[in-house]
Amino acid sequence: MEDIDAIAMLQDPVRRRLYAYVAAQGREVGRNEAAEATGVARTLAAHHLDKLTEAGLLASGSRRLTGRSGPGAGRPAKVYTRVLTEFGVSLPARDYRTAAELLAEAAEEAGLDAGLREAAHRRGEALRGAAAPCGDLAEALGVLAARGYEPHLEGGGDGGDDEGAAGGKAPVVRMRNCPFHAVAERFPPLVCGMNLALLEGLLGTDGPVRARMDARPGGCCVVVEDSKINDD
Amino acid sequence: MTASPRAAHLAQLNVSTLLHPLDDPRIAPFVALLDPVNADADGAPGFVWRLVGDGGADATDLRPAGENVIVNMSVWETPEALWDFTYRSGHLEVVRQRRDWFDRHVEAHLVLWWVPAGHVPTVEEALERLADLRANGPSPCAFTFTSSYSADEAAAATYSDEAAATCAGAPLPE
Repeated sequence: MEDIDAIAMLQDPVRRRLYAYVAAQGREVGRNEAAEATGVARTLAAHHLDKLTEAGLLASGSRRLTGRSGPGAGRPAKVYTRVLTEFGVSLPARDYRTAAELLAEAAEEAGLDAGLREAAHRRGEALRGAAAPCGDLAEALGVLAARGYEPHLEGGGDGGDDEGAAGGKAPVVRMRNCPFHAVAERFPPLVCGMNLALLEGLLGTDGPVRARMDARPGGCCVVVEDSKINDD
Repeated sequence: MTASPRAAHLAQLNVSTLLHPLDDPRIAPFVALLDPVNADADGAPGFVWRLVGDGGADATDLRPAGENVIVNMSVWETPEALWDFTYRSGHLEVVRQRRDWFDRHVEAHLVLWWVPAGHVPTVEEALERLADLRANGPSPCAFTFTSSYSADEAAAATYSDEAAATCAGAPLPE
């Protein structure tokens, strides 16, 4: 299937809602859950989720959602996750990815990290325009979502998405998507440094929130937090 | 170690030329990150071993590649485990700031190679692999993240007659 066919699958509004819901969870999602969250019948959700899987936009597996095993635990349920494959369409055909990789390779070889970070910081500030530095994490969620980072709030004592032993940590914004993923995987320090500088410019470095490098597997290398915490 | 005789681990060496001595204030931010980042490594999934100097917590006092060159050497269960630690942990913050602390290397400064599980590579062996990479480019004997080879490819190269010379210093099979 061509990329344009896969993307055309998302033309259907129900399919698009289901895709957006699964993508936003960052984990396996069952049919019932997806149906309830998007307000459609289970059979319709199943039909569209399987269409999205056929198109390569979602991956499916099966798992016992009850967490039990053995007789009486029920049949494994079908679950879905968003695939990491990128889909892109450019009309007319353009290949910015190759250009980005070549520029990154040259910048890496020439050691241009500092210059790239300065340019990225300026671009971030330009994107912010005349606006004041980002005021709080809620505003940061909106700003980052608009730029494709797929942000979500983590921690904050709700226990929902918190990780690690230290419960009740101050809330932070983490991002499920790296908009520069392909180039960042090939030139991590260079491109992740660029990304951090871009976000520092976008959110402001002397305002109520700040961006900080906190890389972990699966997601953006940057975390956004309250400027007042962890100031040691 | 309970690994099967054919199991292979990935060894890694990187060399960094300091712009200033380690006790220079301009290097202090790097020094401050050494302990926490090494602790991260020790607890990272797939971590097997890392080089530590006599009585030290890290290898910065060893200077086998030159007076102002620090070395970092470790062994991992898989390339993915090493990649995740290098670029998807607090270690990324170290490499992001590399230009502030280290001279830019024109030649390769990182080399990867396969070792039999349980084999602890020596610094000499590691420097030979780096020299091999610099002299011959990536091969199954000495490679990089972007030009990598599998353990099977390395085994085929190491123990075939024609490639034996290029994998000089390769440990014998267990």
